[in-house]
Amino acid sequence: MSLKISRKYVPLTATFVVFVVLFGIASLRYEGFASAAVVVELFSENAFLGICALGMTLVILSGGIDLSVGSVVGFTSTFVATMIMEYAWHPINAWAVALVLGTVFGAGMGCLIHFYKLPAFLVTLGGLFFARGMAYAVNRESLGINHDLYNGLASANIPLGGGLSLSLTASLFIAFFVLTFYIGRYTKFGRNVYAIGGDEDSALLMGLPVGRTKIGVYAFSGFCSAAAGIVMTLYTWSGNPLNGVALELDAIAVVVVGGTLLTGGVGFVAGTLLGVLIYGTIQQAIYFDGNLSSSLTSVAIGVLLLIFILLQKAIVSKGEEA
Amino acid sequence: MKQSLKSSSSLIWPLAGLGLLLLFNAVFNPSFFSISIVDGNLYGNLIDIFRNGSITMILALGMCLVIATGGVDLSVGTIMAITGAVVAIIYQSDPDTSLFVALLVALGVAGVAGALNGALVAYARIQPIIATLILMVTGRGIASFITGEKQIAVENDAFGYLGTGHLIALPFSMVLVFLLYGLMVLGVRKTPVALFIEATGDNEDAAHFSGVNSKMIKLLVYLVCGLFAGLAGLVETSNIANSDPSQLGIYRELDAIFAVVVGGTALSGGRFSLIGAIIGALLLQTLTTTLYSYGVDSALSPIPKAVLIVTVCLLRSDRFRKQFTSLYARKNVA
Repeated sequence: MSLKISRKYVPLTATFVVFVVLFGIASLRYEGFASAAVVVELFSENAFLGICALGMTLVILSGGIDLSVGSVVGFTSTFVATMIMEYAWHPINAWAVALVLGTVFGAGMGCLIHFYKLPAFLVTLGGLFFARGMAYAVNRESLGINHDLYNGLASANIPLGGGLSLSLTASLFIAFFVLTFYIGRYTKFGRNVYAIGGDEDSALLMGLPVGRTKIGVYAFSGFCSAAAGIVMTLYTWSGNPLNGVALELDAIAVVVVGGTLLTGGVGFVAGTLLGVLIYGTIQQAIYFDGNLSSSLTSVAIGVLLLIFILLQKAIVSKGEEA
Repeated sequence: MKQSLKSSSSLIWPLAGLGLLLLFNAVFNPSFFSISIVDGNLYGNLIDIFRNGSITMILALGMCLVIATGGVDLSVGTIMAITGAVVAIIYQSDPDTSLFVALLVALGVAGVAGALNGALVAYARIQPIIATLILMVTGRGIASFITGEKQIAVENDAFGYLGTGHLIALPFSMVLVFLLYGLMVLGVRKTPVALFIEATGDNEDAAHFSGVNSKMIKLLVYLVCGLFAGLAGLVETSNIANSDPSQLGIYRELDAIFAVVVGGTALSGGRFSLIGAIIGALLLQTLTTTLYSYGVDSALSPIPKAVLIVTVCLLRSDRFRKQFTSLYARKNVA
């Protein structure tokens, strides 16, 4: 009876067990919960959160944190909606500019963090303020999007058979997952991220490009947040400067529940996907129940966050003893 | 002597910023300084700065101690929301609840929240950003769960006095800040507690081996920070006579952290300046009030705030200073 799991995989395994248990309980309690439709719904419902969380995963793996993601989502959704509706831009141009802005914004924060050794949480808090203010500077009000391309994309679903189809936002989430998974696992950049998160000084002494990697990580997070903002416009057909308030907290929570250590260096992109699914399952279960208040989602995720942080702490201190 | 010199020099920047803002107003908008007396109470922009800034000042006083131990408390904004929700539900269930009971219960909840943060940091040894993040994620959910996911109007004369009342011609919240500041100076700064806090922040192990119960100190500073956040939440709820769990105290933790950092307390801990935290909060509020008086949209006020914050951080960065001075030197040579 020696089921040995490498210490590295304990948080990931725990995440998987939590997901299966939660989904199992919800399926037993609520009729019709254990259906493919609900699983598909988990993906499209949480696509923007998931995409933010993927970018956040790399940031946290590198030992940093990015608190600006929610505001960047809000800015991007407002920017895209305003450019399309008030300035008659083609959506593709608006998307391209928004993605560039998000990436440059992230890279700028990364530069401040790397070159001037400023604490990441402080710089990205500044970023949170700045992007939210800029969202209001672009447009004060929620703005609906009415464009042929958006109307066309609404029906651009990928059929899965059995009357099911994967919405565009869900497929974008999966595409981003594959991209981030590839970056984290198979690229030099990804290995550098892990190395820097593990021990920045050692990484520097080994001659790894610490600066380029750190800036790149924040740029990627900015890119993901901008993409999440675009996904939000595709999902809601509108842009609102209030979009994504406190989204950064959910994104961080999902990453940690997904088994990534907040101290950096240890974790998996796949864990974040599981974290998003856990978040979605809690949300759907509360929705299915009908009697539970939706504010319990954040309470439940907070409790999970606490349990996972204590679990991580136990694993890390056990590792130190060994 | 050396210590006091150091701490006074770190106050130069925020004081200069404050002076510059006031000078700007003196030149371009002299009416900024006018103070009028209505019903024996003082009104005017300068009074407003103290009144509106009182929330940030109260938070900054508590946050200052936490940062001095090398920690940070991200949950003060949500603790404000929770206490606001608690007091709203108390008055909703019984409008005649005595002020004493309402305050006691609400502050008790805030104290528990703060102690929870403290326990996670001191005894579970979790990094402060992460430990307080848990409450930051959960807190708004708890607050809206308490109020049943809606805003609740809080209309009670005795409670309303906290945020809108006047004492000796000054807004009560302003007097409250002075009282709390005095309490902190006498109870912390002038006692060995300040030394214990600074020792814990400077080098926890060394403090421990010198006989300082650094765990207890940490627990206490988070407890005090939680209580102050609760008090700030009560003043805000009283001021707007309404408790909105999704909005009350949102982003306040950032204001508080910035007030403390701008006021010369380093995020690395080990030293703190209470008056600096007050000045930092005044600087932020003067900036906001100045923008309002020029008709700048309140929704845009985060932008100058963000710029101010990053600038202050840059001014404190050694590398930036070096680059800046070498740039200046090169110009002189050319």
